[in-house]
Amino acid sequence: MSTSSETVPGVSPEPGTVPGTSPEPDAPTAGTTGRGTRLALAGARLGRPGAPALDGVDLDVAPGEILTVVGPSGCGKSTLLRTLAGLLAPLAGEITQDGRPLSGPAADRALIFQEDALLPWRTLRANVELPLAVRGVSRAERRAQAHAWLERVGLGAQAGQLPHRVSGGQRQRAQLARALAARPRAVLMDEPFGALDAQTRAGMQDLLVEVLRGTGATVVFVTHDVDEALFLGDRVALLAAGGVAAVRDVPRPRDRGAHDDPARLALRRDVLTSLGT
Amino acid sequence: MRRYALRLLSLAGALGLWQALTSLDVDLWLRFSQFPTVTDVARAFAERLTGPDYWTDLTDSLTRILTGFLLAAVLGVATGVLVARSRLAEDLLGPVLEVIRPVPAIALVPVAILLFPSNEQGIVFITCTAAFFPVLVSTRHAVRALTPVWEEAVLTMGGGRWRILGSVVLPGALPGVFGGLSVGIGVSWICVISAEMISGQYGVGYRTWQDYTVVDYPGVFVGMATIGVLGWLTSTAVELLGRRLTRWLPRTAYDPAARAPRPARPAGSGQPAPPAPAVRPAGARSEEARDEHLV
Repeated sequence: MSTSSETVPGVSPEPGTVPGTSPEPDAPTAGTTGRGTRLALAGARLGRPGAPALDGVDLDVAPGEILTVVGPSGCGKSTLLRTLAGLLAPLAGEITQDGRPLSGPAADRALIFQEDALLPWRTLRANVELPLAVRGVSRAERRAQAHAWLERVGLGAQAGQLPHRVSGGQRQRAQLARALAARPRAVLMDEPFGALDAQTRAGMQDLLVEVLRGTGATVVFVTHDVDEALFLGDRVALLAAGGVAAVRDVPRPRDRGAHDDPARLALRRDVLTSLGT
Repeated sequence: MRRYALRLLSLAGALGLWQALTSLDVDLWLRFSQFPTVTDVARAFAERLTGPDYWTDLTDSLTRILTGFLLAAVLGVATGVLVARSRLAEDLLGPVLEVIRPVPAIALVPVAILLFPSNEQGIVFITCTAAFFPVLVSTRHAVRALTPVWEEAVLTMGGGRWRILGSVVLPGALPGVFGGLSVGIGVSWICVISAEMISGQYGVGYRTWQDYTVVDYPGVFVGMATIGVLGWLTSTAVELLGRRLTRWLPRTAYDPAARAPRPARPAGSGQPAPPAPAVRPAGARSEEARDEHLV
């Protein structure tokens, strides 16, 4: 699968060059529309051999869509995401990206972890540079792009800090910058704000919406927080009892204050009921 | 500053005690009457320093230990990573390594004599074998203990095996590797000196043994002091290099010495202690420093 699938109209296929990028702070959004990818699971059984976590999973994530996945702890949310990232092979069924079966991890599907996955011996800047280095981007270009992304997530001043010197929220922002710096066509997020306090979390959700706008990337966002799922998702998938219980459309526009919107309240009640709470 | 003064005082105290016990010919159960005094040793030391052999011995020993130790560092890290990362390598090399490991390196003298055409190579071989195992074992543990998400993060960036090795495994294992190197340099000294005593020509260990066979006790002590100082210098070098390369490790900023002193309690009075002064600059600073890494 493939790095070859990065050959998208309007996007330069050479690994050494990055399209439409220059050191300007708004560079990361340039020339990136239409970069989403379609991820589909059909009759998939996921998990470790002998201990499948999910069975009979049918999901179709459209290019550019934000699909949020909610479910109780241990229901297989992380398993689903790791499978989509290519870190776990499906036990049965088919997983495809733009119609081609997935085989292993690749740079066009970035994974953001719940835990701190920054390399502790690298500064935030060096962490963000890493995916660019893997792609063979030149040193000066790496530096400029990493800086642009850190500015974008509000970490321009902390670029030279080691991860343990900044707060948990700042580390997650750096992880976001690192994931997006690779210009992925899909971003897979595993409860990325799970360890943050409520205020930081709300700020991170706003930042995420803002930063994702214009990247065109497909997003699968796993969370156990129903409100977070309804705020971020275009659609919400409910995981329960070893499978996908339902997939619901979320009313738009995205509005944190829309608690009294009847459609939204009904959906929220419905989701909570489906999750058995 | 105060700590350096204390350290010097500790060394001076030990030398003073030695001088006192030997110059007074103290003969309790331990017998110090035959023991050379500090001044005897110092005089012998001064003679040796100007003599023809001292510096040759020193450079010979240093060359042997550095060659052996560097070889062991490279081989130990490489083998440790290989065994920790590859099941095939673990199955192929593991049993052999585990059987050789308990054999003290100095017991390999016959093997060295059989294998190597010159004594020099044999001594380097023994030194290398001695340092190899601590480095191997620490590296293996450090690599196995790496946080899995680091590797998964690089995998999802499209990084391959070599990228993971260079960007995750080696830097991540470095703190553990240096633990092994610190132990290894110490063991290397033990073995280079012992090997020189058995089969060397020149070298601090050889000289020390020669002095012993001709009953030149001050000379023996010159050799011991030389080994002590060289050993201390080399382990400090390893330690400093390790600290420099692992500066990224989160360390607690807590400094017990920076605690605010307890408010003095007036002696013999039943009054409760006066409330602590509101402003305690030293205490406040240490509190701030301690929390710095948590922010």
